[in-house]
Amino acid sequence: MAPESVLKMTNIGKSYYGTTVLKGIDLEIKPGEIHGIVGENGAGKSTLMNILFGMSVIHSTGGFEGSIEVAGESVQIQSPEEAMALGIGMVHQEFMLLPNFTLTENIKLNREVLKPNPVSRIFGENLKSLDFDVMNKDARKALDRLHIDIEEYASVAGLPVGHMQFTEIARELDKTNLKVLVFDEPTAVLTESEADHLLQAMKEIAADGIAILFITHRLDEIITVCDNITVLRDGALVGHRTKAETDVYELAELMVGSRMAELAQSTRDLSEKKPVLELRNLNVRMPGERVRGVNLDVREGEILGIGGLAGQGKIGIANGIMGLFPSEGDVRLAGEQLPLNSPKESMARGLAYVSEDRRGVGLLLDSSIELNIVFSAAQNQNQFVRRWGPFSQLDSDTIRQHALKYIKDLDIRCTGPTQMVRRLSGGNQQKVCIARALTMNPHVLLVSEPTRGIDVGAKRIVLDTLRKLNEELGMTIVMTSSELGELRSICDRIAIVTDGKVAGILKPDDSDVNFGLLMSGQKAEKGA
Amino acid sequence: MKPDTLGAATAKTANAAERKAFLVKHMVTIMFIALSLAGYILAGMTPFLFLMDIVARVSRNAFLVLSLIIPVMAGMGLNFSIVLGAMAGQAVLIFVTHWGVNGLPGILLCLVLVTPLAMFLGYLTGKLFNKTKGQEMIAGLILAFFAQGIYELIFLQFVGGIIPMNNTTLVMSSGIGIRTTVDLTGGLKYGMDWPGQLWGNDTLLRPTLPWAFLSVIAAIVVGYLLYVFVFKGKRPSPPPLIASALALGYASWWSIVQIQESTQINWIRVPFLTWIVIAALCAFILFFSKTKLGQDMRAVGQDRHVAAVAGIKVNRVRIIAIMMSMVMAGWGHIIFLQNMGAFSTYGSHEQIGLYSVAALLIGGATVSKATIGQALLGVLLFHTLFIVSPAAGRQVFGDAQVGEYFRVFVAYGVIGVTLAMHAWKTLLQNRARQEL
Repeated sequence: MAPESVLKMTNIGKSYYGTTVLKGIDLEIKPGEIHGIVGENGAGKSTLMNILFGMSVIHSTGGFEGSIEVAGESVQIQSPEEAMALGIGMVHQEFMLLPNFTLTENIKLNREVLKPNPVSRIFGENLKSLDFDVMNKDARKALDRLHIDIEEYASVAGLPVGHMQFTEIARELDKTNLKVLVFDEPTAVLTESEADHLLQAMKEIAADGIAILFITHRLDEIITVCDNITVLRDGALVGHRTKAETDVYELAELMVGSRMAELAQSTRDLSEKKPVLELRNLNVRMPGERVRGVNLDVREGEILGIGGLAGQGKIGIANGIMGLFPSEGDVRLAGEQLPLNSPKESMARGLAYVSEDRRGVGLLLDSSIELNIVFSAAQNQNQFVRRWGPFSQLDSDTIRQHALKYIKDLDIRCTGPTQMVRRLSGGNQQKVCIARALTMNPHVLLVSEPTRGIDVGAKRIVLDTLRKLNEELGMTIVMTSSELGELRSICDRIAIVTDGKVAGILKPDDSDVNFGLLMSGQKAEKGA
Repeated sequence: MKPDTLGAATAKTANAAERKAFLVKHMVTIMFIALSLAGYILAGMTPFLFLMDIVARVSRNAFLVLSLIIPVMAGMGLNFSIVLGAMAGQAVLIFVTHWGVNGLPGILLCLVLVTPLAMFLGYLTGKLFNKTKGQEMIAGLILAFFAQGIYELIFLQFVGGIIPMNNTTLVMSSGIGIRTTVDLTGGLKYGMDWPGQLWGNDTLLRPTLPWAFLSVIAAIVVGYLLYVFVFKGKRPSPPPLIASALALGYASWWSIVQIQESTQINWIRVPFLTWIVIAALCAFILFFSKTKLGQDMRAVGQDRHVAAVAGIKVNRVRIIAIMMSMVMAGWGHIIFLQNMGAFSTYGSHEQIGLYSVAALLIGGATVSKATIGQALLGVLLFHTLFIVSPAAGRQVFGDAQVGEYFRVFVAYGVIGVTLAMHAWKTLLQNRARQEL
């Protein structure tokens, strides 16, 4: 095996519109090495891979810094096609398969083996016939390397997900010049035995001299299979480790890191308080964020955080309670059964929701600030409405006063209450969302990703507002967020959701290791 | 023996479920077969009249319906924009009639001339469809209305003015604009159906129905045997040989009886060249689906995103699909009109899109899947209904008009129902995917 590195990325940096998302990343892989990359969401893993594959999102935003060498030669990768030509392959997280094609057709997609026929001699390459015999043989060979014994002429539709994953891998293996193979969260959708099979297959592929980049948040898998591990956090390189010198706990700690709490952490003890919102076996069919049987109590007057990695189901919980996605289970609000799948009922019983999808679900973008603030309350609670027999009319004077009050209280920067919401910055839009939720005088406020896509100063104001509501009005708040630091700075307790279930509930001052372990699906070191 | 009985029971329920799934899947086709049969019985037509009509109608319409298959393959739905191809075909027919090129040479000239015109229209349409992905069908429908305006401008205003045409039979008496009806009699009429008319030969490529039936069966049997034993290299075995012998025997017996007794059926002439052209198109579509470009189209049809990631030039493939469909529609409309013998200059292309689509859907095709068999079966059923419904209406309600209303209702109804069923099925599939 050549000792030389097959892929070397040096001092990689990238910024989008002045915001640095990646800086000073070094990465070096030798042939036959399995190299793990760990990091939370937003740590920069996908940006790094986008750079490696020359995705247009990188080049259309001003390129990147640093240099890439493939097999010792400096390269400029401008497009995914060029990356493929250099022998870099990728097994996608979401399946890139065509269900009505056979395994062979999928493996050979756009790399079909062709043979000439009389028509193609006149009309050219495009009308050459497909040579299914050769294609089937090649596909068989690739599938055999993975020890998959399904027929190559079976159609992909209806295969178990595990086999779909292997079909994707077979497609990459079939590429003759393959040097580096990237696995992006390949085990996320697999059962345990399928995942074991996959890890075994990875070892065998590596033994053939192909370098493997393995991206995952399952730390035990990293430890099982990787030779070297790189940890990223917040777009920066935290460290390189070899398998021998590290363990799951160290990796978990490196991944989460100790961040400075922006606000003083909560030390209140609210364990005596009665639960106000009880979830029992809640299932929510939200695509990409499925909830599978969550049990959780929210206590009166607390701020409960819900954290976890993207796609694990944390977002689904609030959406399910509010009836935005089909859900089943038992939800009790102040002891009373809450009818599910009905946003109107949820709101009528004193729940208000600030959605993570601000521009899609949260706001009427082309309406005024004042209408946005009172809209839900007028619709559901007949506030701000004058009745004239069967007709009703919005009470514009009261609305104006109300809007002005919130614009002042929440410091919404705008030209006036009639400004269109679309023209506001993200932070101010978020404040309008919160004002709307507060106008409903909710008993429990559900907030999802309140600081997503807004700048640091605005983040601070949003978080301060939430805390003030909690302290001064005694409002119970359930806050879902991908940013652990943010949750730890304002919540009393933090539930970590993994695989659609609550993996554990931690105190904001629990150790980084515990947070890291829960998020990667492991049991915490010690109970919280 | 308990597990066995249990197994049998589950097999039974599985069979019942399969049967139900089959019925649901082929609901439209089964319904139309039943309607056609009922209509045929009620109408009380003689087999002779029915056969004469159906042979003429199926041969003239099949090519047009087949032109819809390739865009379905590329995931672009039912190509309502074939109306543009039909317009191109009509335009060429008008000019070739004006130049006085008659018979088969005239038709060949039409086919050659319409090709670049239809390709150009197809390219523009493809461009438009790439900007309206997912809305190709409604875009195509509206595009046809828009094109109608341009077509009228050219043939009502420009011809005789900007485009000089000195022809009193074609051009209106004012000297500007084409007359509302163009008569192809004595010119391009039957140009393809009856190539021998130029020399006054009545039989050349225009056999009687019994002879045509016999030769088609013979061709199929010989082709099948060649395919099995020569192409696939299998050893001769009894089943295919016996089946071939039986088919051939029956065909010969039927034909000979018909010819011997010189029944009315011998009066029916079959446009053999047209049939050969249709067969060639079918063969081409089959061949095409197994080429690189065909494979790309099927990939794009299933998932544009996956195809694009694999490096397939999605937009280019879609444009080619529409161009091919448009050229085929142009040819198909020329074949259609040479059989009709006359056409309404400003109207005969209008219904082409809707009726062809309806025929394809009746055959069991959907927005996402269409085969040659479905197209041919659809044409057969659609026209059977066309033939029998006025007569059936007269027999049942004492008014042929009722049958006429019914068939118009059916043609539009089937499009609406099939589109709704497809949307419903997609919804169910998406829900099933979410359950995963």
